[in-house]
Amino acid sequence: MRNTFTIAGKELQGYFVQPVAYVVLTVFLLLGGWFFFAMLRQFDEMVQLIQMMGQSDQLKQMNLNSRVIDPLLHDLSIVLVIVMPALTMRVFAEEKRTGTYELLLTAPIRTGEIVAGKFIAAASFTLIMVALAWIFPLILIIFGDPEVGVMFAGYLGLALLALSFVAVGLFTSSLTQNQIVAAISSFGLLILLYVISWPAEAGGGIVSSVLTYLSLPTHFSTMTRGVIDTSDIVFFLSVIVLALFLTQRSVESARWR
Amino acid sequence: MIEVKNLTKAYGNFTAVKGISFKAERGQILGFLGPNGAGKTTTMRIITGFMPASDGTVEIDGLDIFTNSLEARRRIGYLPETPPLYSDMRVEAYLRFVAKLRGVKRSAVDNAVEHALEVCGLTDMAHRICGQLSKGYRQRVGLGQALIHNPPVLVLDEPTIGLDPRQIHEIRELIRGLAGERTIVLSTHILPEVSQICDKVVIINDGRIVLEEQIKEIPVGTSLEEVFLHAIAREGHVEGASPEETLEEVGAGHSGA
Repeated sequence: MRNTFTIAGKELQGYFVQPVAYVVLTVFLLLGGWFFFAMLRQFDEMVQLIQMMGQSDQLKQMNLNSRVIDPLLHDLSIVLVIVMPALTMRVFAEEKRTGTYELLLTAPIRTGEIVAGKFIAAASFTLIMVALAWIFPLILIIFGDPEVGVMFAGYLGLALLALSFVAVGLFTSSLTQNQIVAAISSFGLLILLYVISWPAEAGGGIVSSVLTYLSLPTHFSTMTRGVIDTSDIVFFLSVIVLALFLTQRSVESARWR
Repeated sequence: MIEVKNLTKAYGNFTAVKGISFKAERGQILGFLGPNGAGKTTTMRIITGFMPASDGTVEIDGLDIFTNSLEARRRIGYLPETPPLYSDMRVEAYLRFVAKLRGVKRSAVDNAVEHALEVCGLTDMAHRICGQLSKGYRQRVGLGQALIHNPPVLVLDEPTIGLDPRQIHEIRELIRGLAGERTIVLSTHILPEVSQICDKVVIINDGRIVLEEQIKEIPVGTSLEEVFLHAIAREGHVEGASPEETLEEVGAGHSGA
């Protein structure tokens, strides 16, 4: 346990002295702000339009959660697909290239502790990032009257999604000593998990339901609509555990290859 | 203290180390000598548990590095070929990190770091960033991390490579000062280095041991260079010539000349 936190602490400090993490954070929040602004503009315009036409029953259906926060979270999830590989690509690849990997693997610690420590650090940074994106709901709460519970469920979904991305990114980084290779393969895997249900929409049967189950947006969408379903949480946790397990195997393989 | 038995390492079709065996006793400085590509680094990586052997065993203080890896690794301090520094960390923070990683007790970490800084002449450099250090200082920090947990066994892979003559002299003095109770294995392809600081020399060529001898038993008047060149030359011609025979011939050849 102590070893895990030693590594986690060192890694987390590493994020704050390297430019990559700040770039990722900035891009994420800047794009988020732009999407938020665009979504809010649209919402405002529609409200004015409906008011002009005097249809008060339609006005009641206008909802900040479903019109602003839900699409915003989906857009943020796409941004995460693009920036998270950049955050995680160096985690193992750089150690392999610079030779510090030898230090880690010859120290009296278990590979599981190394992987856990690195995940905790990357996960903490990611959660800080998602937490900072609460600025958007906060603005809505101050100036409007959205349902906080629904937004909370959505952000929980975004956090779980981001942590899955971290785990997948750690795995691809553990496979190579080239950061670009790590980033591109992580990017590819994440996109695949995003679009894996596309063929399912045409067909039916067991294959289609399996593909739909594996699709990240399926589980994410229920949460952004405000539904916290245990099965969705289990799905995200499974992805994280599986990816971390594979990472541990991949690091450990250096010992028996 | 260190016992290597019949060690073999194959990378695919290429066999880097072909069944070597040697022993280093407590308090001994063993010089591991050989031309570039002879298998020195591979052997050291196996001794420290960084990579597994294809065949054969390594015992540290009676503990097998494969089956009892954690315990065995606790006893080793290792300086790899390239000092394993994190370029964005400060020297002191780096040594502190390694101390914790190598299992130094929380209360003893401060002292261990201070001691390592002092022994390696790094006190003035404690707050410098590792990535900005010169080659000589990087090597010293590497040495500092290897001995930070006061290990009974030190494995140093070419500790003086790339240093200027004055630095080489300093590092040699340092290593000699470290010996005492410790067992030190150091690799090099600089011949005088071995006769200056080592008690015992093991010469390997093309993955095989061609000579294993106490320095003081090498006939007076024979330079190590002669021994080395002769041993390597013999290896090509006479298969299975024992190290002793080779040495006697060198001695005889010299006195005859």
